[in-house]
Amino acid sequence: MAATDTLPSLQTLPSDQLRALQWRFADRYDLAMIVQSVRPIARGPVARLVAQGGRNTHEWTAEKNALLAIYDESGITAAFLNPEFGGFIEGPKNLALALVAFELSWVDAGAATCSLASNLGVAPIHERGTAEQVAHYMPLVSPPGPGDSREATRVAFALTEPIPFVGVETGLLSGKMRIVEWEDGKEPMLHIDKRGRFITNMDFANVVTAAVDSADPRIKGSCIVILEKTDPGSWDAGVPTRKMVHQLSSTCDPVFNLKVPASRIVGGYTVKDGVIIPNFSHGEIIEAVFRRTRVTVGLMTSSKLLSAIEPIIRYQRSRFRGGETGTPGSPRYDLGLQTKQDVLHRLIDVWATGEAGAALGFETARLFDRLDPLDREKDRLFAEQGISGRGVLKAFARIQQDAIDCVTLQRQPEAGRDQARLDLLESNPLVQYAILDAQANVFCPACKLWNTGYGATVMREAVSLMGGYGITEDCPGFLPHKWMDAQLEATYEGPEAVQRRQLSVTMTSGLFLAQFEGWITDLEALQAPGSGACITASAMRLWLWSLRHLQNATDVHGAKLYQSNRQGVTFPLTDALCWLMASRQQILDTVELGRSGAADPSVADELPGTLAFFMDLCQVQAARAAGETARICSELVLGYLAKPAVACACCADAAPGVDATALQAFSGHRARLDACLYGFRLAKDRAANALTSVMIPEALDYPV
Amino acid sequence: MSYQIIVCGSLVPDPLQTLEPVTGPQGPALKNEMMLPSWLDPWAGHALYEAARLAGQHAGSKVWLVSLGPKAKLQQVMMTVAQKVPFELVALDGSAGGFTDASETAAALAEAILAIPGLDLTKLLLFGGWESASRGAGATLQIVGERLGITDQFQGVDSLTLEADGSLRILERVEGGKHQVSVCSAPPAVLGWATGSLPEPRNNPQVGMANMRGIMPALQKAKPSPVSTGDITFTSVTLPTQTRTTQVIKDASPEQIAADIVAWIKGG
Repeated sequence: MAATDTLPSLQTLPSDQLRALQWRFADRYDLAMIVQSVRPIARGPVARLVAQGGRNTHEWTAEKNALLAIYDESGITAAFLNPEFGGFIEGPKNLALALVAFELSWVDAGAATCSLASNLGVAPIHERGTAEQVAHYMPLVSPPGPGDSREATRVAFALTEPIPFVGVETGLLSGKMRIVEWEDGKEPMLHIDKRGRFITNMDFANVVTAAVDSADPRIKGSCIVILEKTDPGSWDAGVPTRKMVHQLSSTCDPVFNLKVPASRIVGGYTVKDGVIIPNFSHGEIIEAVFRRTRVTVGLMTSSKLLSAIEPIIRYQRSRFRGGETGTPGSPRYDLGLQTKQDVLHRLIDVWATGEAGAALGFETARLFDRLDPLDREKDRLFAEQGISGRGVLKAFARIQQDAIDCVTLQRQPEAGRDQARLDLLESNPLVQYAILDAQANVFCPACKLWNTGYGATVMREAVSLMGGYGITEDCPGFLPHKWMDAQLEATYEGPEAVQRRQLSVTMTSGLFLAQFEGWITDLEALQAPGSGACITASAMRLWLWSLRHLQNATDVHGAKLYQSNRQGVTFPLTDALCWLMASRQQILDTVELGRSGAADPSVADELPGTLAFFMDLCQVQAARAAGETARICSELVLGYLAKPAVACACCADAAPGVDATALQAFSGHRARLDACLYGFRLAKDRAANALTSVMIPEALDYPV
Repeated sequence: MSYQIIVCGSLVPDPLQTLEPVTGPQGPALKNEMMLPSWLDPWAGHALYEAARLAGQHAGSKVWLVSLGPKAKLQQVMMTVAQKVPFELVALDGSAGGFTDASETAAALAEAILAIPGLDLTKLLLFGGWESASRGAGATLQIVGERLGITDQFQGVDSLTLEADGSLRILERVEGGKHQVSVCSAPPAVLGWATGSLPEPRNNPQVGMANMRGIMPALQKAKPSPVSTGDITFTSVTLPTQTRTTQVIKDASPEQIAADIVAWIKGG
């Protein structure tokens, strides 16, 4: 292995302060506190319940139910709420909730889902509810304090429905609403008939926000409606879903048959020509909700990967202790399996994937924190101007060019650009919203897709590093549970195909691509040798060139390549983009750690070694991302052409119908990318070597 | 009657970490000490929770935590401690290692306590741990008391009851698992707590947010207090030896567990 004696090396596992700097919340003590508040819950009662076999039943047991009160007491439940409704965090809370999910998932993501599902349930009201609905329901969700005898209000979100529609299309709803009473001058009364499937929190929820469609000519379209357990009619929480994952969350198939006032339609309604028109369709609301909650799901899987590092290192080092060979002080005794390079390299792959996923996830959460106030301002401005529905789309079509101009001007040298126009555009909240929204439309599905999908694959690798131990209940760190849970995370709140479909559209937006081009330039200009920035930047150029080429190219039969139904082209490109986004963000976070860490004396001892190690991880991940991108782009750019007589790319210009100039450009990008890979394998050796000397705690801080 | 309860306490490394003594430029230290996660010293923690309970029972009372440690590490520890109970922090920026000279540390703490605005010795209860999870000298709190002129001192305290006449009924640990009962007519008094009787309070971010509004400024203006090992020379430093013989037995009865322990002590 490479000698690293002269270079700073990883001394300990990353500290909380270092993570706070890296994930950019070191200036937020409210967030540091929520981390410290959630951690003992995750590693205490949650871990104990898992260790005692609490996951081995589909039923919602008393032991699982007891966790709810613990979440309440520790502030987990109230983290979603604004201070005026009993919360304690001011402003947007996407990063806060991401940290909560990350901490809980370190031990058990079912616990995270349980806590976050309440937020999901109330999110339609939070995002799109009327002022009256917000004022009524948000304080109810706040956990009862000492001396408050009211029953806790717990909320579930009912969207998915039983077969045949389940998981097929969120736009199709078999849940229906009809008008049963509508007296002059009075609130119309609705009859709600909804069957749910895979509905989280149903064992204890007493309020449900349910997606229903109209089955009455006097109601137009769909909506989300608020149901209460005390409403007249039938409220059947249903039987537990026989899921094999996330067993610390309650999941049932409920049946609702209830009569509710039309004022329960989330966001309200208007009456036009005797027809009730909900102000928001269920699709509009779930888009606003899911684009935020999917981020936390992505982070659940990344948390699992990072949580696996310490138990695997401990297992590797102690593997041969107690045997007849290997006395204390010998490499076999001290390092165990870590004398073998393969297990170290594979653990580096696990760690690098976890870092990249966490970087992507937390950046997405921060992005939504930046976007949320602009979102509210956009709604206010449009309401002021009387713009709604399709008018909003038209308005944004006009703003799109302004936003692209803003991005372009920001990248021009100050000396020659039109500063007055840039100032104008930068002060326009709608332009700024459009810029961030274009990012969010890519970051969110990318984070959900890559973190969970590829994360589940790498979680299997983590389990395999534990040998036979890895598939037992005794495995430290609950790794086998985490492996299985990761598969659910790749599926719920929009499975992988849904995310790829969304990305295939949003990543081609001119406004996004204008920003993407700027990111490439930024990475190329980044003064961070050894970070892998040039690798990722070159791969991003290759991807961008391939996308643009494929958008205009046809296959050997003359059929257009980049089109909606040709998922064999569009979907792999989305996958490649996710790899690049994760790698880029990992590099940016590491560079940020170096910058802000240098000014923080509390990490002075830790920073040099950890930073060097993280740089090596960045290189490892950048090379892996570049490899995936190069493979995908080559397959797509070359794979639909006629096979040349001599089967190699450099001779392909001999084949009929092949654009030789384009292929030369493509080969140029490939060659440039290959040239960036010099030395990256040494980085992997260095990182692997660091694993043999990093100091880890004596024992895991949660039970097995 | 209201009280001014001042708790002296600092941070110690997380005991789950690998604690390896090394010799640093300022004498003995732990390997990677500044990189290891830290906690509030558990004995000081007991004192703090008892102080908060007492303050909650006597209107107008107030709790201060006077803590000497590296400012940046103190801030990290406060992210947890601040969520436990209401208090005001007085921070001193210096070493919290287990090898500093007790008299230097005590002098710095006493000076900080005397600088607290509105300090009233007739209402003062000085709390701290009678021990420390780092290398406890077992002398710091006593010296602080002496410097403040408080001669009613109690160590190994498990219980404090404030009687109706204003006197303090105190249970101190003595040999044989018994307590010595003392009655102190009135504050001021020094109480070095053993474990007390309170569980560690759950983290409460609401309490934390309220505390942090005062804690962050206190950390900002933490006075440098360069305590050292003084004239002490450490010839060698080792961790206490320990042997772990772990058996995983589920559903054992208390009698069986007790019998196993007795057998182990007897070397059986």
